[in-house]
Amino acid sequence: MSGTLYDKIWDSHYVGSREDGLDLLYIDRHLLHEVTSPQAFEGLTLASRKPWRLEANLATVDHSIPTTDRSKGLEGIEDPIAREQVEVLDLNCKSFDIRYFDMLDHRQGIVHVVGPEQGATLPGMTIVCGDSHTSTHGAFGALAHGIGTSEVEHVLATQCLVQQKSKNMCVEIQGPLNESCSAKDIILALIRNIGTAGATGHTIEYCGDVVDNLSMEGRMTICNMSIEAGARAGLMGIDENTIGYLEDRPFVPQGELWNRAVDYWMTLNSDSNAVYDTKVTLDASSLSPQISWGTNPEMVIGVDETVPSPNDFGDEDKSETASRALAYMDLTPGTPISEVALDKVFIGSCTNARIEDLREAAKVARGRKVASNIKNAFVVPGSGLVKRQAESEGLDDIFRKAGFEWREPGCSMCLAMNNDRLYPGERCASTSNRNFEGRQGHLGRTHLVSPATAAASAIAGRLADVREFI
Amino acid sequence: MDRANVDTDQIIPKQFLKSVKKTGFGDNLFDAWRFLDEGEIGKTNRQENPEFVLNHMRYRDATVLLARRNFGCGSSREHAVWALMQYGFRCVIAPSFADIFYNNCINNGLLPVALSEAEVEGMFKATSSDDPLVASVDLETQQVTYGISSPMSFSIDPGSRKRLLEGMDEIGLTLREADKIRSFERQHRMAMPWLFNNNP
Ligand code: SF4
Repeated sequence: MSGTLYDKIWDSHYVGSREDGLDLLYIDRHLLHEVTSPQAFEGLTLASRKPWRLEANLATVDHSIPTTDRSKGLEGIEDPIAREQVEVLDLNCKSFDIRYFDMLDHRQGIVHVVGPEQGATLPGMTIVCGDSHTSTHGAFGALAHGIGTSEVEHVLATQCLVQQKSKNMCVEIQGPLNESCSAKDIILALIRNIGTAGATGHTIEYCGDVVDNLSMEGRMTICNMSIEAGARAGLMGIDENTIGYLEDRPFVPQGELWNRAVDYWMTLNSDSNAVYDTKVTLDASSLSPQISWGTNPEMVIGVDETVPSPNDFGDEDKSETASRALAYMDLTPGTPISEVALDKVFIGSCTNARIEDLREAAKVARGRKVASNIKNAFVVPGSGLVKRQAESEGLDDIFRKAGFEWREPGCSMCLAMNNDRLYPGERCASTSNRNFEGRQGHLGRTHLVSPATAAASAIAGRLADVREFI
Repeated sequence: MDRANVDTDQIIPKQFLKSVKKTGFGDNLFDAWRFLDEGEIGKTNRQENPEFVLNHMRYRDATVLLARRNFGCGSSREHAVWALMQYGFRCVIAPSFADIFYNNCINNGLLPVALSEAEVEGMFKATSSDDPLVASVDLETQQVTYGISSPMSFSIDPGSRKRLLEGMDEIGLTLREADKIRSFERQHRMAMPWLFNNNP
């Protein structure tokens, strides 16, 4: 055998081809949320179709709910349009009988945090969700695709995804990793190297000693941002770490079935002579903490570098994009990035709102104070269970004492569909995954960073080098 | 639209994703670029940005959108494709597209045409005259023609081409394979029983 992990999962889920020659891939798990599902449920209803396999589906709310007090439930959502969206998901889950963690359920959270945490994400699975960051689940050796709303409807009705096989890309990350760097710094550096379209048409498989030594949380952070490199899915092989994380989670198999599953899961790695269409190596040993300076996730520099000039980019296209980004971000070439002052800080999102991320941020925040020029510094846990865990470790206390706001779980300022947002001209250090124009609020300016760098920046009131804080 | 990496957050900003309907997105296509004031669902009397290309008189009725590489990157929101179509676009021409966006186009009947960087550059040059550029895009023959230039061919997989030409019911088409899916499912359940009925 000489297959990649991707080839193996594809083969074990290949149903056959349709009359029109397109391939059908069987889907084991379908995750749903309020933004990309309403039109899909409407489509099903209009065509009098039923979900193919109910228990494959799991829904929660995350994108448009408030992160402030939830005690009033639906009534507490001030924005009537957002309230309707949540209400419609409530109704759809009820009438279609879909397993649902509603906004009052303690297991509610960002869909890509909830899946793995519940053990609803298992190795070797095919997983889809109407959200591009579904790639997160690839950390468990699951083939996980983000899909559009038509495809959400299609998967609900047929349990299959119409899919073309992608190419295989191997990204090897060599270490050792510096203590000051985390998974977020690695993935930002990778996207800086290969570009936002660097992996288009590919499924990325990450390997190398750095990946082997990462926690599952760190692995999820890397797979999460595969989409920002243009890949539709990111994958990692299975090891003891993966199995250890999953053991005893609510949705995982029990008893004899668990043993059988583990035996199979441990075979889910690429063969040593597997062939990749593209290979990339990233040397993480010389990495410094990474910060994005522009308006797409490849515009990244090290914290010890200065804001680049449009002339630094060889091709005309790129230098024009750079000048537009510099204007939008209001940055002057040559300025040390660590001198750039901030208005807000956001620690959260499906990239960096798991327990380990909060621990890393808390380590920096402990016993310190958020700078007075920072208007808000939000910490938004990825799920109700992450929030509980953090509170049991006293992290909420550390954050509150330092002057951070401790919020209820959700997507929050990652895409600012609720009231957590930037106002025109405001600048934010954010642990999320996209720095597009207006992503965190109309005319807002986003710098993507790791949780530790975000915490250090809140304390310093500017983009800061976390190495000064440890 | 002379930009690379146009992302779906620009095509339709998030505040419009709160709608539970499939219509009404065209008015807010490229909202943050097209208008000077901040948009909200249902807001009228907007202040147009005269600088933005789609607001130029000669592009008002454009049905083909010309852009640079990696068009449609970012979020998977299908609302981006709905917005482009409801605004009046039938086709997007660019050197490359992001994967999810490309699929969303096919699923909704918006034609994504990938031409080479040089061909796209040629078309941009041709748009610099005062008159609107008239181009014809023929999916049957897979060719784009404009002015006196010779036709440029583009490739598209036969399945997608057929779906676009015939506007088929995707789900219906897959459900014709229901027996195949059922028998796959039976065998899958035997091989990996832990994937079934394990909800706590
Ligand atoms: S946290 Fe951000 S990127 Fe993740 S699912 Fe929510 S909105 Fe999307």
